[in-house]
Amino acid sequence: MIRIEPRQAPSRLMTLGIPVLSAVVALALAAIPLAFAGAGIATAYQEMFKGIFGSVFAFTEMLTRATPLIFTGLAAALAFRARLWNIGAEGQLYLGAMAAVAVGAGAVDAPGFVLIPLVILFGCAAGAVGMAVPTVLKSRFGADEVVTTLLLNFVILIFLQMMLEGPLKDPMGLGWPQSPPILDQGMLPPLMDRMRVHSGFIIALVAAGVAQFMLVRSVWGFKLRAVGENAAAARHAGIRVNRSMMSVALVSGALAGMAGVSEVAGLKGYLTADLSPGFGYTGIVVAMLAGLSPAGVVVSALFIASVFVGADSMSRAMGVSSYLADLVVSMSLICVLIGGFTARYRITRVKPLRGEGA
Amino acid sequence: MMDILQILLSESFWAASLRIATPLIFGVLGALLCEKSGVLNLGIEGIFVAGAMAGWMAVWLGAGLWGGVIVAALVGAFFGLIHAILTVPLGLSQHVSGLGVTMFATSVSYFVYRTALPNVSSPPRIEPFQVLDIPILSELPFLGPVLFQQTGLTWLAIFMVGSVWYVMNRTPLGVAIQAVGDNPDSVDAQGLSVYGLRIGAVVAGSALMALGGAFLTMSAFDAFFFGMVNGRGWVCIALVIFASWRPGKAFLGALLFGAFDAFQVRLQTEVGALVPGQVFLMAPYILSIIALVVAARSADYPRALLTPWFKGQR
Amino acid sequence: MTQQKILSLNGLSKRFGSVIANDAVSLELHKGEVLALLGENGAGKTTLMNMLFGHYMPDEGSVDVADEEGNLRPLALGHPQAALQAGIGMVHQHFTLAENLNALDNIVLGSEPLRMLRRDRAGARAKIERIMAHTGLTAHLDVPVGKMSVGERQRVEILKALYRDVRILVLDEPTAVLTPQEADTLFSNIGAMTREGLSVIFISHKLREVLAFSHQIAVLRHGVKVGEIATADANERVIARMMVGADTQETPREAMEPGKPVLKLENISVVGRSKRDTLENVSLTVRRHEILGIAGVSGNGQSALAGLISGLTRPSGGSIVVDHIGITEHHPQTMIREGVGRIPEDRHHDGIVGAMSVAENMVIERLDDPEVQSRGLLKHDAISANADRLAADYDVRGPGVNARARLLSGGNIQKMILARVFEQNPKLILANQPTRGLDMGAAAEVARRLLEARARGAGIVLISEDLDEVLSLADRVMVIHDGELIEANTRDREKIGLMMAGEMA
Repeated sequence: MIRIEPRQAPSRLMTLGIPVLSAVVALALAAIPLAFAGAGIATAYQEMFKGIFGSVFAFTEMLTRATPLIFTGLAAALAFRARLWNIGAEGQLYLGAMAAVAVGAGAVDAPGFVLIPLVILFGCAAGAVGMAVPTVLKSRFGADEVVTTLLLNFVILIFLQMMLEGPLKDPMGLGWPQSPPILDQGMLPPLMDRMRVHSGFIIALVAAGVAQFMLVRSVWGFKLRAVGENAAAARHAGIRVNRSMMSVALVSGALAGMAGVSEVAGLKGYLTADLSPGFGYTGIVVAMLAGLSPAGVVVSALFIASVFVGADSMSRAMGVSSYLADLVVSMSLICVLIGGFTARYRITRVKPLRGEGA
Repeated sequence: MMDILQILLSESFWAASLRIATPLIFGVLGALLCEKSGVLNLGIEGIFVAGAMAGWMAVWLGAGLWGGVIVAALVGAFFGLIHAILTVPLGLSQHVSGLGVTMFATSVSYFVYRTALPNVSSPPRIEPFQVLDIPILSELPFLGPVLFQQTGLTWLAIFMVGSVWYVMNRTPLGVAIQAVGDNPDSVDAQGLSVYGLRIGAVVAGSALMALGGAFLTMSAFDAFFFGMVNGRGWVCIALVIFASWRPGKAFLGALLFGAFDAFQVRLQTEVGALVPGQVFLMAPYILSIIALVVAARSADYPRALLTPWFKGQR
Repeated sequence: MTQQKILSLNGLSKRFGSVIANDAVSLELHKGEVLALLGENGAGKTTLMNMLFGHYMPDEGSVDVADEEGNLRPLALGHPQAALQAGIGMVHQHFTLAENLNALDNIVLGSEPLRMLRRDRAGARAKIERIMAHTGLTAHLDVPVGKMSVGERQRVEILKALYRDVRILVLDEPTAVLTPQEADTLFSNIGAMTREGLSVIFISHKLREVLAFSHQIAVLRHGVKVGEIATADANERVIARMMVGADTQETPREAMEPGKPVLKLENISVVGRSKRDTLENVSLTVRRHEILGIAGVSGNGQSALAGLISGLTRPSGGSIVVDHIGITEHHPQTMIREGVGRIPEDRHHDGIVGAMSVAENMVIERLDDPEVQSRGLLKHDAISANADRLAADYDVRGPGVNARARLLSGGNIQKMILARVFEQNPKLILANQPTRGLDMGAAAEVARRLLEARARGAGIVLISEDLDEVLSLADRVMVIHDGELIEANTRDREKIGLMMAGEMA
């Protein structure tokens, strides 16, 4: 007979070790689909490794990929900490990107030191509004934010297509549904010559640092944690739960919006409907792998970005479908869930007693 | 005004509504079964994808249409089992586990599809379910074309509405599932297995969800496309709340939703020039959100929904 | 009474982590016998019975149950199903009923094989009606349990066991939710059933009912059976000494002249989702140096009253005045600001954020205080120092102030809440079930602190289902029944009991 018992307190080693172990296990499990696809497993892993660390360019590509994931990871981590299930980062990302383009692609002609903050501000504000709506629906009407944020993702994506065929359409775009480019001085400056990695990465690191500090050291973070861990007790203690939720929602939405800003104003320059290959959803995996710790988000975003960049390059070299990356990412989420369980509980075998099995 | 009335009274409109509603009926019934036992299954979106892909591929490989249906159900049950193990005995977050299953099921389906068909420009087609033309009944005025010109899968969906209702309300098993979703201790104290009931309900519910996906590739269309599920699973999660976890209301909710969708397609052809087409595309999702907002306050959630239960910890 | 042995518990032990809940406990039960299992809260009574019924797996020991012929046979442990088949039924203190189902479905649940395609409701109904007629325990079979009163739910629980033809019935604190009169009826029903051969174990910590209704008394203390005595040979002093290990001490309480009013509720009504959180036109006044005791069976509006004073519940009419200040915004923050200290009924659910540290929980009610924060940033050192001081003053023991609050024992959690509340020198204190689930030492500490606050000049509202507690602490008693509050104007148990049942206005 098997019994599940809670552990007194998860050890420090476990809280750090389990995400790492989960990531490794998920990577190892990739061997199964690789074998299914008939690829040489050792070569495939080699190709993946080369795709990340093989050259300076490959490595900076990985950092570029990690940038939006840090933002969406932070968006999920902070919201989940408050038990606010923001599954709408994908939509909020696009809202941010749309606002960035609306402001930055010629509507305002100002020097960079004005335009860049303006683009960021509008992008973040749009993302924040995107999360404020479901939060109001939750606190006012009790509508589950999981479902509303999920559904809003679809609404926003369709709205984006409408905008790209309408007001945000580039007249010089040869009929393609894409926005006009952001003015040169509105773009986030690149970090290295001839590489795509841009200063959005630095902003992401700063955002993670600030989020970590605020979560642990500020009254805002205290309230957020209290509301998330036990909303009833937080309310009983005089904390304004709805207000706290709303402030987290705004920050979470703004971070997701910032992911959109960073992609459009840091990397692509203009907006299309396929700007994000699911960064919003992947952010949830990033946050979970990080144990919902903002500092950890940076590490796990780097890992997930490596998986994507490595698998992309491997799939180009060996003809294995690049959906392998999504597969590894989803498996690492499941692994870290199971891992988190083993950190909190202990499974013990109990010796059968007399009379067992009647 | 006349045009709208004309649409609402036409046979083809209601036939289309029922057709559009069919995958949702499967999905809502599946979600209902899971949630009645106390488990939210956000794996539904991915299970739809997996059911669509697996059912289609089975037929494409020569399993026959009903063989494909069975394969889809089994694949749905498999992903349901993953969610059930993570959330029932392990008691992990139902939200996160469900999203994980959706991501996993989706990426497995896409990976398998791409690996099996690496270089096709247009997806291969299968011979889908045909309309079951029942000789005399289908000539009935109005009802005939609406009801009796549907495929076997739509009939299966309607049959499942009755079956789920019967099981939930008229059998000891259904009563036990209702009890475990309200207060697991009540079931445990009467010597029944909380884990067994919940895992069973989630697995069965997930199989139903997968049939919703299978309908897309085997009846509504004849091939598998990426992104074809397009949020239908999430819509079901909203509809089950709207239906307050009753099979009959779930059917009505899905039908209403189908009718609205069919209506907007027809309206679009009438007034399409005035409004951008995307407004109509958005409508179903916004409608779901509105349905949720309207129903949420008065919703009678299964009391134990989202709450894990561990044996020997009371 | 025959002396046929029907059940024997042999050296059952159970550990939860490092806590020993039961240590080699043995018991015997005979046919037709009523055995009282007596002990303080936390003595291990419920754990022992949960092992018997299969909810818990014992770490050591075995159980033998008599079969139909009276031969003792080993019972498979860890399976409620096995216990039910052996003829053991248990009525849990926290009812195990599905509230969305009616009484009939709850009673029949689990007795029919799950593969059956239909239910035999008519047969089941006939059998239950027979049992009801025979025992005098009645319930409305077609009413959802969620709509039933607590007393009726308990009858459904007992019927559930009897429907399974139990020969041994375990009742866990059956009178905790009943008025004294309802409790008497319950015991007379049980008496009738034992005369027909049913054997009963009932768990209690109330000496009076144990002495009145049992044949045999077994006393548990700290998980060990410390004594067993025939009821005929027992008296209150003897078994109280067994329970506590020493003679009990009355809390000394000096008379005091009440001062100015600190809380005035006038014609307050609360519209709740159900009866249990509804108040109808309630008025009360609490003065300085006064403890107002609110007696009543749970579910009669106590939670609405407590919610009101805590700031969680918004009244639909009437006024609340705390020390001359009319409360207009109903939020816990307002009440805290006006000097109301609140000890919540469910300390795990409302009292602490278990995943946060003890130190953080000690300042959670005053996050605006410049001692705790400046410019929105927490003063970690001050928070730790505050916690160290309070932990010492209030004797909060555990793995340290930086450990998660959920690692503390129930008694220490309550002391932590007391520290948080009393440290702010509140004018008014709401103490909602402040000693529930505490052992006698911790309960005495709570009583001492309440009396101390009263001496200092606080007014106190003490809500308790334990009439003895109300009578021993309160200066004045009011009774709550069905959302209405009436002045008791007496300290007579019998009369207050009738008021609790709504039979005397």
